[in-house]
Amino acid sequence: MLEIKDLHVELAEEDKAILKGVDLKIEAGKVHAIMGPNGSGKSTLAYVLSGRPGYEVKQGTATLDGTDLLELEPEERAAAGLFQAFQYPVEIPGVGNMTFLRTAVNAQRKARGQEELSAAEFLKEVRAKAKDLEIDAEMLKRPVNVGFSGGEKKRNEILQMAMLEPRMCMLDETDSGLDVDAMKLVATGVNALRDEGRAFMVITHYQRLLDHIKPDVVHIMADGRIVKTGGPELALEVEHNGYADILAEVA
Amino acid sequence: MTALDHSQVKEGVDQDTVDAVREVGSTYKHGWSTDIEMEYAPKGLTHDIVRLISEKNEEPEWMTEWRLGAYDRWLKMVEPDWAMVDYPKIDFQDQYYYARPKSMMVKPKSLDEVDPKLLATYEKLGIPLREQAILAGVEGAEGAPAEGRKVAVDAVFDSVSLGTTFQDDLKKAGVIFCSISDAIRDYPDLVKKYLGTVVPVSDNYYATLNSAVFSDGSFVYVPPGVRCPMELSTYFRINAENTGQFERTLIIADKGSYVSYLEGCTAPKRDEAQLHAAVVEIIVEEDAEVKYSTVQNWYPGDEDGKGGIYNFVTKRADCRGDRSKVMWTQVETGAAVTWKYPSCILRGDDSQGEFYSIAITNNWQQADTGTKMIHLGKNTKSRIVSKGISAGQAQNTYRGLVSMHPKAKNARNFTQCDSLLIGSKCGAHAIPYIEAKNNSARVEHEATTSKVDENQLFYCRSRGMDEEEAVALVVNGFCKDVLQALPMEFAMEAQQLVAISLEGSVG
Repeated sequence: MLEIKDLHVELAEEDKAILKGVDLKIEAGKVHAIMGPNGSGKSTLAYVLSGRPGYEVKQGTATLDGTDLLELEPEERAAAGLFQAFQYPVEIPGVGNMTFLRTAVNAQRKARGQEELSAAEFLKEVRAKAKDLEIDAEMLKRPVNVGFSGGEKKRNEILQMAMLEPRMCMLDETDSGLDVDAMKLVATGVNALRDEGRAFMVITHYQRLLDHIKPDVVHIMADGRIVKTGGPELALEVEHNGYADILAEVA
Repeated sequence: MTALDHSQVKEGVDQDTVDAVREVGSTYKHGWSTDIEMEYAPKGLTHDIVRLISEKNEEPEWMTEWRLGAYDRWLKMVEPDWAMVDYPKIDFQDQYYYARPKSMMVKPKSLDEVDPKLLATYEKLGIPLREQAILAGVEGAEGAPAEGRKVAVDAVFDSVSLGTTFQDDLKKAGVIFCSISDAIRDYPDLVKKYLGTVVPVSDNYYATLNSAVFSDGSFVYVPPGVRCPMELSTYFRINAENTGQFERTLIIADKGSYVSYLEGCTAPKRDEAQLHAAVVEIIVEEDAEVKYSTVQNWYPGDEDGKGGIYNFVTKRADCRGDRSKVMWTQVETGAAVTWKYPSCILRGDDSQGEFYSIAITNNWQQADTGTKMIHLGKNTKSRIVSKGISAGQAQNTYRGLVSMHPKAKNARNFTQCDSLLIGSKCGAHAIPYIEAKNNSARVEHEATTSKVDENQLFYCRSRGMDEEEAVALVVNGFCKDVLQALPMEFAMEAQQLVAISLEGSVG
């Protein structure tokens, strides 16, 4: 599904190399976890794939089902089925959460040549999905992320993901700032979306999220490259020994 | 519509808005002109032209004298230059001061006698005038139930009022809603009693000019205790070239009455700048309430700043009675230059004034707009919420005065003034003046200036919205407080305008 080859990326303003040759292939139906120390390039990888401005791709390719992602505008990547749950979701004052969701859902449907959801259909769907994430009607009315707690913001990201039904989901440190209960709720939301036709890239520092969202493959990223790939046991190894051993081993 | 749709409108941009914007395609959708034979008075301004305008409107002698008095004053005045706007000097002798469609030389008795081309013009503007004309004009149609919410419309095309719809329903309620020229003829006592009492003839350069040459406009009188059964609406359109439009509006809300009044404006695309200098006077008696909403979408000029309307308008409400209330809401998206300060004189004790404003400037547009809240009575309250949005090379100034007079014990004002910048070549300015002449008055002022945040735009785009949808969503969110103050029909139109007027402002 997602295929990244020899991806080199710099920060546009600073001429600073962040990704130094990333190779990654994620098949449909699989959950890949990406772990690694701070500054290893995990979030940058997700941002570059979503098309956030400020990065310069120097070399390499990234395709989603054969489509060159790097050539597309951010909204075209979204319509192609890519989604990033952000580590720090942005506040949009004055814009109701529900309005935002409906505009996003219909924009994507339109881009794919589908009919827009009617108000009634949309409402029914959003209510059902919000309920699973314990998001109440009041939170749907409030302006997007404004005054949301850390946990509310992350649940809201998962709600967006559930509504947009992307095929390739990237979760960027969705567990950061969450207490155990909130993390379980988020994990349940994510697990409900696991499907043969959908793949996940879960970026995290900690094994604990992976107790709830069981990965098929675990990658360790360091200094802009994926340095080691293994099964779920690799995450446990990190949890027990930290990154030092692994980094020493591959150095 | 379902409950959701309503909440959508209130909360921000919704899909219908975005669709409408898409359909529009070009930036200024009212830029066409109607090919109608016009009758002009000769260019320039003299005593004779003033007399001619008065004569064309079949006015009584006192009105002619009033106009001539204003003209003589105007000759001695100089154009104000304190506003933060810059435009080439206007040659007031190179303008037509009177233009009307030839088919209107004999005033139509009803809308059915109106040139179909004119009605087509209004249809293009989205005013359901024709349907309403049937209700208003055709015999036997009386008493027929009108569908949905009724809005009575008075349409002003260049200098002449075309006809007012729903006359019969209004008459039943005792409400007078007609063109000002009809009012001068049919209700001279009311006009004499109130005209020029809120905006005196000598008020300012443009108001004085308007007093001399206004050719038509609207008149509203709501009798004591009457709640006007429908929204009243005026639609102004400048069609003819090199023509100034000088309409005059006079609204009187007698004791304990209520009226909501909507005003919309458009003009065709022309390379030459055109002048619009209107005066609106509102008198609010004891316990009465007036809501006045404007969606101003005059042609703003092209991307290089060529053409467009000069919008020099004086609007003022006098809350004469105790507990009277006035609410100004304006969405200013058009015009090349805007100079406009809808104001409230809070004379009655416990009277209230509110001003809600969205001013959007794009490309080379300039707006210097705000309000004056003059607190004279005890316990008077005012509230100002101003949202200025600037894009392209535009300059957007909020200018406001809050004045607490010595007898205005316990008067209160709250002002919130927010500016949003899109891009790095535009400007936003806030010039609040506060005068407090008694120590029991309370004045609060909050101001913010922000830029449309790249992160917000990226967030929206990563969820599938294109750049223009994203900007429209964020800006509509920024304006939410004011959009909520608009009547429902206008809120939709205003949201579309927000999106349309910012097209091409990013990327």
